Order: sequence, then structure tokens, then C-alpha cells
Amino acid sequence: MNPLKPLLEPVIQPVLNKATAIIPIHWQIKGAHAFQHAKNRVGRGRPVPTFKEVPLPEVSTLALQDIDLSNPFLYRQGLWHSYFKRLRDECPVHYQKHSPFGPFWSITRYEDILFVDTHHDLFSAEPIISIGPQPEGLEIETFIAMDPPKHDVQRQAVQGVVAPKNLAQMEALIRSRTADVLDQLPIDEPFDWVQKVSIELTSRMLATLFDFPFDQRHKLAYWSDVAAGAPESTGGNANTDEFFRAAADMAKQMSLLWREKEARKAAGEEPGFDLISLLLANDDTRDMINRPMEFMGNMVLLIIGGNDTTRNSMTGGVFALNQFPDEFTKLRKNPGLIPNMVSEIIRWQTPLAYMRRVAKQDVALNGQTIKKGDKVVMWYASGNRDERAFEQDPDQFIIDRKNVRKHLSFGFGVHRCMGNRLAEMQLRILWEEILKRFDHIEVLDEPGYVQSNFVRGYSTMNVKLSARH
Amino acid sequence: MGKITFVEHSGTAHIVEIAEGQSLMQTAIDNGVPGIDADCGGACACGTCHVILHSDWVQAAGSINADEQGMLGLTPEKTDASRLACQITVSEALDGLIVHLPEFQM
Repeated sequence: MNPLKPLLEPVIQPVLNKATAIIPIHWQIKGAHAFQHAKNRVGRGRPVPTFKEVPLPEVSTLALQDIDLSNPFLYRQGLWHSYFKRLRDECPVHYQKHSPFGPFWSITRYEDILFVDTHHDLFSAEPIISIGPQPEGLEIETFIAMDPPKHDVQRQAVQGVVAPKNLAQMEALIRSRTADVLDQLPIDEPFDWVQKVSIELTSRMLATLFDFPFDQRHKLAYWSDVAAGAPESTGGNANTDEFFRAAADMAKQMSLLWREKEARKAAGEEPGFDLISLLLANDDTRDMINRPMEFMGNMVLLIIGGNDTTRNSMTGGVFALNQFPDEFTKLRKNPGLIPNMVSEIIRWQTPLAYMRRVAKQDVALNGQTIKKGDKVVMWYASGNRDERAFEQDPDQFIIDRKNVRKHLSFGFGVHRCMGNRLAEMQLRILWEEILKRFDHIEVLDEPGYVQSNFVRGYSTMNVKLSARH
Repeated sequence: MGKITFVEHSGTAHIVEIAEGQSLMQTAIDNGVPGIDADCGGACACGTCHVILHSDWVQAAGSINADEQGMLGLTPEKTDASRLACQITVSEALDGLIVHLPEFQM
């Protein structure tokens, strides 16, 4: 961190904000990109780690201090489960000194995660919630990574769009779009569920929430993947140039959309119920476009929030029901279990592995002392498999599991997932419509997994459908 | 034994007995009152046991701490009489309490 930054920021910020009113955000991002290139050429840029996949060791062969949960291949190689279990049992508050992302604490038990998540007075969500930092030169501001009171103001401005009352009005639209996607699927021949169903449905939903041009909806999913895939943040494989290009393209399109809605509003048109119209209608956020990093931050947050999570739960549910075929039978016999199954899918998949915090003071937790300034990673994916918290074997997928709503996938406390009800509704409708049409969804081979320590996602999953008789 | 009345958004009322010392959330759950999710199980961490007290009872239910205030802030349907049911302890002093349930939990 530049020691001059706190001194210069109050001076630079108003200048930047003034510049923004004149210079479009995507030009500024291009400028930042060029600046970053120049900085890297003269060796002043922060080095970006690269990750090359090698087979990882069994956790039993490692010393505790060498266990590194930040490795972006743990999920793909199917080792995450044993790594988490060892730490839960032997060292539930664990310090890794030498990861590629620097030192960090891992919290792996359910109760400890709940403690950290609900104590925003002790643990800050700033400046970002991934293990590693954001790409240099493009540090966006988003309320998932803000503490109260600023967090509260920004979140309250947008949360209305996914309030249950509005969702009830959106249900019919979501159902018809889901039905449309499912009706076009081939029967008795292999296809990729991730592309044809999970990505397609979540892109449609995002386009609806943003009132984004429907024929360009796949850009939303693409931007989301790139934004979540920066190697220095999550160990992903997006490259820096791609990242900046995607950010510039997104800034351009989202600014245009914003300006268009602003103009329509100024002309006295009744505002729509999309996210941008809501931001324009709120006194605290109506001029957000003049604060580029905040504007980009909110757009990115809402796009990622509505994308990876639901997408991978849509795939994960099919995968889980194939691994636990008795549950598929149970579901066919009793579709009334769908709402509970949806929560179980979200628990079992845990589409985002963790959220990161920074200790605001020294905190004693489960026998360890976390020092002020230390990074703390709450591994939801581990807490959701904690035998101490779930009575029925947490590694089993049980669609009628008791008390499943206590799962950690949405987080707890002030940062609890804003779109949780929308996500649940999308998944519920998907499964209701699936059961009307198909007797079975057979997973044909091992799915492809995303490279990340953050997103627990599928890149491909080949399936075959049998029609309902 | 004192009584508490829960009124669903549809107007359906559920009259339940007071179990001294229990939370208002647990009282609803134990008596099968619908409309309270209580995802976090009473840790003041999810906001899904949101209730709206009858205006006569706001004082008697006690004060709201910062954590509860923060979680209530996440609910778009929050009113001046909103509370999280897990943060209210029931006692005979609340005999006659009327609690309205919101249309949805968030």
C-alpha cells in the first residue's frame, strides 16, 4: 500500500469524480489499463501469481502448518473435503503463513464461522471479501465489502428489487422462461446442462433484473466469470488484459443503460422495477455514476451475486441427485419436498466457498489469538459439512433434512445474501418444471470444475434426459 | 396462564400460551405458527423471524440493541414496531400481546 494514499485520496477523489462527469468510465478503465501496463513494464506493478495445476497431496501426509486451503485446485481434485475435515477436527482456527495470497486464518467449524460472521464490530469486510486483493488499478467499491453504516445505506437502496413482495410478481415470468428453456432440451441425447440450462436461465434472470438487452444477456454471465476469476483474488485463470477489457466493455454498456434510464426518468416516464431504476430513485445512489468505482462495484456485485451462485446450484442439484439416487426416487414420489430440497442443494453445493474478513482488533477464538489486521477466511463450505452442527451426516445429500435452513451458504449477519429468496424461488421453479417433464436426468460423466478457491462451480456437465411417461 | 396472539398476514389468528423465559420466536415455532422461518435458530443473524408488534406493546417488549437494529435494516418491510422475535423473551408481563406477522420473511 502506498503510504501517501491516505493523504492523497481526499485530494484526488474529488478530481476523479469531477473528471468522471466528463470522461466516460470505460475510457478511464482503458486509461488505468494502459497505466498498469506501463507500471508493470518498469517493474513497479504488484506481481500477479500464476497457478499451474499439479496433483495435490493427501492431507494426511501434510504437517498442519502446510495445509493451504487457498489452493484453487482443491475443489477440482476432490480433496477439499478431507482437507476441511482435518482442520475442523485438529485445528479449527488455523493459520497459513505462506500462501500465494499471503498469510491468512481459516475458520472451519460452523459455530466459529457464525461468530465471525455476526461480529462486524470485530471483523471488517473491507476492502474485499476474496482471499487475495482485487486486480491492481481496478479496485471497485461494493457494499458486500463495506462495513456499517455505509454498507447499510447502499444495501438498503437496492434490496427492494429482490424483496419477496416483488418476487411474487416475478414468479410467473420466471416460470414461463424456465419452461421455455426446458421445452427446448433434447430427449435421449447427451448435452451440456451447464450451458443449456444453468447459464441460460441465470443469464435470462439477470437480464430481467437489470432490464438489460435480452439478446446480449450472455455478456452478463461472461463479465461475471471474468470478474470472479482474477488469479490474484481467487486463484482463477482470467488474465489481466481480459479482465480490463471486460470491465471496460461492462462499464460502457452499463453506463449507457444508466444514462438511458436517467433520461427516461427526466422525461417523466414511470420508472421500471429494475435495479438501475431503483438506484436512480434513491437519494443516496441517484448520482452513483459519478463515483466510478462505486458504480462499477455495485454492478459487478449484483451481476456476480445473481450468476455463479444460482448457476452452480442448478448444476449441483442434478449432480447430487445422481450421486444419491434414492433421493431422486424420494423426490419423484413426493414433489412437496422441493422447497426443503432447494435449501439442501444450496447447503450441499455451497456455491461460494467462503467470505473473507480482516480483524479490527486482537480476537481470541477457539484457543488461538487472531491479531489485529490479520485476514480471516470463513469457510462456509466446511461449516456446511460440520458434524458438530448437523445431526444427520452432513456429507449425505438428504432432501428432507431437518433444520437445513441453518446452512451457511447465504452467510449470517448484516452481509447475509440479499438475493437468497430469489435464488430459492428460481431453484424451486426449476425443479417443479423439471418434474413435470422429465423422469430422469442422467449425469453421463464426471463434470468439469472451475479453477478457483472461491467459486465452487462446474464448467461442464453432460447429461441425458428421459421424458416423463 | 397468559396468552399471546399471532396474527398471520391473511388475518388468521393463533392464540398460544406463554412459556415463561422462552423467546417469542421459539414460542411461535413450538406452537406451529406459520410465517416465521428463523433460519439461524435464534442467533439474531438472519432476520427471518421478523414480526410487527401491536403498537400498544412496543414498550413492554423491551429495547432493541444494535445487532437487532442492523438485521431489521435488511428487511424492506420494516416498520417502527418491527422486532426480531428471537430477541424478545416472553413472560407473564406480555399476557395479551398481539403480534402481526409480515407477508414474507426476507
